[in-house]
Amino acid sequence: MCGIAALQLRNPLLHSQMGSLLSSMMCQIVDRGPDSAGLAVYDTPGLVSGNTSTLSLLGKDQGLPTAGIAAALESLLPAFAGTAVKVVGDTTFVSSAVDTGLLAKAVRETLPDSTIIGRGEHVAVMKSVGHPMDIAAEHGLEAMSGSQGLAHTRMATESAVTAGGSHPFSVADDLCLVHNGSFSNHATIRRDLLREGVVFDSDNDTEVGARYIASRLKQGDTLEEALTNLGKVFDGFYTLVVTTADSMAVVRDPIACKPAIIAETDDYVAMASEYRALASLPGIETARIFEPEPGKVYTWSL
Amino acid sequence: MVTLIQSQTQDYPTAADEATVDLADSPVRNLNQALHGAAHGQFWTVENPGGKHNLAVGIDAEVSVTINGHAGYYAAGMHQKGEVTIYGNAGVGLAENIMSGKVHVKGDASQSAAATGHGGLVVIDGNAGARCGISMKGVDIVVGGNIGHMSAFMAQAGRLVVCGDAGDALGDSIYEARIYVKGTVASLGADCIEKPMSIEHLDELAELLAAAGRTDNPADFKRYGSARNLYHFSVHNSTSY
Repeated sequence: MCGIAALQLRNPLLHSQMGSLLSSMMCQIVDRGPDSAGLAVYDTPGLVSGNTSTLSLLGKDQGLPTAGIAAALESLLPAFAGTAVKVVGDTTFVSSAVDTGLLAKAVRETLPDSTIIGRGEHVAVMKSVGHPMDIAAEHGLEAMSGSQGLAHTRMATESAVTAGGSHPFSVADDLCLVHNGSFSNHATIRRDLLREGVVFDSDNDTEVGARYIASRLKQGDTLEEALTNLGKVFDGFYTLVVTTADSMAVVRDPIACKPAIIAETDDYVAMASEYRALASLPGIETARIFEPEPGKVYTWSL
Repeated sequence: MVTLIQSQTQDYPTAADEATVDLADSPVRNLNQALHGAAHGQFWTVENPGGKHNLAVGIDAEVSVTINGHAGYYAAGMHQKGEVTIYGNAGVGLAENIMSGKVHVKGDASQSAAATGHGGLVVIDGNAGARCGISMKGVDIVVGGNIGHMSAFMAQAGRLVVCGDAGDALGDSIYEARIYVKGTVASLGADCIEKPMSIEHLDELAELLAAAGRTDNPADFKRYGSARNLYHFSVHNSTSY
């Protein structure tokens, strides 16, 4: 089992409540995956800002003080870029007004042992090992605002309980994937992607899914097409949620092994593993509530 | 209104009483404990179910339980004798292993509704997900809407009535259960075939629809059941399973 909670806020008036709403949802899926957890939040002030690339790095301790990291990065990046480093909870955020690829290159040079777990102009990714609500509290989720949020509580099966093996997997700009289930042919697909030159950060099966989607998007697929193609190539059990800068997608495997339930109102689209995670959302009494059909890709755009 | 806390579960209502349990401030375990001690003829109302799991499981008395809201997994599981009505949706495993009595969901039910049920009646006014009536052993199920794939898989006895459409692989490896579908069937599973409707079938279908409070015309339904070719293993059938 794993637990998923995802929220896309259509009504900008709700953006200030994104963290508290996602936190209330997450609290109800802890039982499904108590070993580790992760969060992705979009357009959260204080973590990301427009026209600036932000990288989320795994862990608060990068082996160098933040001022030292900032100084080293500044020496590699243009002076006007306003490079900054900050630690929130167990995550280090590095931001700079340069291309994400350029920032990632500078980070790899400065911190060769660091793992980049999120990238883009809109998304901040946080993950760690431990009780999911402790991880959420440590990062201050409750007070965060934003346009979209994604929470995952993990019960590890395919790879070890590590922060790096926690979801979401964010391997291209503003793209995040969370997964409830397990892919059975991930090793084969990993080898195919390695031959294409794709580089992996972990032994996790879901990372293979994320790298596959990123590869398809790079080749010109829409998000919907990429997930339809994933269904043709990947074998196993899955409920997946994918988020991008302005959209959210949900897909379940064709035999619907893993649960998913969606609530839609004029104000938001919310998806969770179980209804109880949706029960306290505003206006849930009149929301359109349904379980996604097996094998069908659902997408919503902001 | 009774608020059930650990030390007060003996404060059950007496026969013919009515009781309301608010799950916003009572644990599910105490509700179930109280229902296990309930007397015949009592009426129980559950408020604020909030999608919690295991609501009203293991009832074994002629009690009537109304759940006002959505229920989580395994609602009214192992049910006997009484009646549970859910004014909302139900999660995975509704009325799993029901033995007798009635469970009525006014909304939709998730996967594996009435799985392995031995008896009683399960009514779902909305749609049911995949594997509805999987391994049913005598339960009657009436679904007002559609059912998902692999429903009535290995069904052994009982009746499954679907007023909407059925998903793929309906009745795969079915034994002696009877399936009635008003709408379309995406595909039939191994050894499940359409069978003729006789007076006997129209009569039992009319009874089931009436018991579920429905007005559909039995003549609009088709019947499906076992071709009885795969009952006993035969090596030349090995690719048919």
